[in-house]
Amino acid sequence: MEFFLVQTLNGISYGLLLFMLSSGLTLVFSLMGVLNFAHASFYMLGAYFAFQVSAKIGFWPALVAAPLLVGAIGMLVERWGLRQVHKHGHVAELLFTFGLAYLIEEAVHLIWGRSAVEYRVPAELDGPLFRIIGSQYPIYRGFMMLVSVTVLVTIWLALTRTRIGLVIQAALTHPQTVEALGHNVPRVFMLVFGGGCALAGLAGVIGGNAFVTEPGMAAAVGPIIFVIVVVGGMGSLAGAFVASLLIGCMQTFAVSLDWSLAGIKISQVAPVLPYLLMVLLLIFRPKGLMGTREG
Amino acid sequence: MLEVKDLHAYYGKSHILHGVHLRIGKGEIVSLLGRNGVGRSTTIRSIMGLVDCAGSVRLKDEEMVGLKAYEIAHRGLGYVPENRDIFPTLTVRQNLLLGQKKSNATGRWSMDNLYQLFPLLKDRAETQAGFLSGGEQQMLTLCRTLMGDPELVMIDEPTEGLAPKIVEQVAGLFEEIRKRGVSILLVEQKLAIALDISERLYVMGHGQIVFEGTPRDVRENAAIRKEWLEV
Ligand SMILES: Nc1ncnc2c1ncn2[C@@H]1O[C@H](COP(=O)(O)OP(=O)(O)OP(=O)(O)O)[C@@H](O)[C@H]1O
Ligand SMILES: [Mg+2]
Repeated sequence: MEFFLVQTLNGISYGLLLFMLSSGLTLVFSLMGVLNFAHASFYMLGAYFAFQVSAKIGFWPALVAAPLLVGAIGMLVERWGLRQVHKHGHVAELLFTFGLAYLIEEAVHLIWGRSAVEYRVPAELDGPLFRIIGSQYPIYRGFMMLVSVTVLVTIWLALTRTRIGLVIQAALTHPQTVEALGHNVPRVFMLVFGGGCALAGLAGVIGGNAFVTEPGMAAAVGPIIFVIVVVGGMGSLAGAFVASLLIGCMQTFAVSLDWSLAGIKISQVAPVLPYLLMVLLLIFRPKGLMGTREG
Repeated sequence: MLEVKDLHAYYGKSHILHGVHLRIGKGEIVSLLGRNGVGRSTTIRSIMGLVDCAGSVRLKDEEMVGLKAYEIAHRGLGYVPENRDIFPTLTVRQNLLLGQKKSNATGRWSMDNLYQLFPLLKDRAETQAGFLSGGEQQMLTLCRTLMGDPELVMIDEPTEGLAPKIVEQVAGLFEEIRKRGVSILLVEQKLAIALDISERLYVMGHGQIVFEGTPRDVRENAAIRKEWLEV
């Protein structure tokens, strides 16, 4: 029972982290039609920046500075990269983000080396939050949940209650009409792209020390968030939310269960499960859990 | 107010407009008529900066070709798209708010003002616009553009598929718009309201202006009607 509770909490905190990543990816996709292959690279940058800033001035400043820095880089990439490439169509954009992912990985190799860096959970957040019978639940996991929920609620309010949020919502379906009403849609694209990157960066800040910060972390999480976006339904924020929690819990349980089936341990097949889910969904429900468009 | 000269427009490689000329004075109502597919929507979308085009579009003596659509909107041009292009998931009030170029900007039209003209919109202020009837959606797209206080508003087929009673309401709104000193470029297929309210009309065929005149000229010229307008 307590095993179940702790694993569910772990699954939710991991799922929320995944949603911080997939929400930006899906929003950028539905607004700009760009499937950003480099999205997880911004997650990695967030972790490395946080490592660097925490080493110099501490974790708390890093929590704010690293995502802002990543967001600023994202805006530059949109303004001076994607926007220029956009004229040549979606394939060019796709290739551009593909190249960008490699560039960021190589840059990380050059600056921080090929092995993991010592990015640790700060001392004040280290230790158990509560214990139930045999299991204990770490403070840091609770902290991750708190940060994710706060940020996601803030973004939700911004999208539904502010003027710029309304402009974004309208531009999702009618970008030209919105622009003809006098709204600077290219700038909105830049802000949303930068915002999505900042969110990925923040996920890197709080995920990098909970897990590991190493040059392979983007390549490890990248495919998972793509799976989430497809499973949730391309372009659906609500779908991405459900799929993030689903896959977060599924993976957490799969790696920690020692049940076995026909001699194969569930924990051994855990990494494949999300892809299995995606393949099944593409066959039986191609528009995803909550998507509106096919495929 | 607006002077269009030798306007050419392209969708990718297909050349749609072949040198369109037109002119609209201050406070004037001018109609652009023609059959389906002759390029009327393309003309106003080009003027608005939404289509690749070449030529000259001068608004109050300033060149618009080369500017972005939002920049053109800020210079006083309004555009009401065809097909009642409302934002369906946003409420009526939110749709109207997005018509404003800046928050709490004021101009000829305020939200209360428009609600007075169309009490129906007020009653449904908090309803998602996608649930409105066709006529209500048409009113909403018009009012949304007016919220941005344009000096010239280009309106694409506002009466298409509307009941006669609602067409009357639309015509009433055009009178109100003119009274407040705003010019109108009205795109229509049918002659119906265009002949009654316009000062001048242009007729388009195959991406060019083929006739220019007053409503009286069009009434008296059966050949033009037969060749370019009637189906
Ligand atoms: N996005 C587009 N891509 C390619 N061709 C287009 C596009 N939009 C319109 N066209 C073509 O341009 C021509 C003019 O279209 P336009 O929409 O301007 O016509 P219209 O006079 O407004 O008629 P209607 O509104 O009845 O279709 C048509 O032949 C149409 O097929
Ligand atoms: Mg048209």
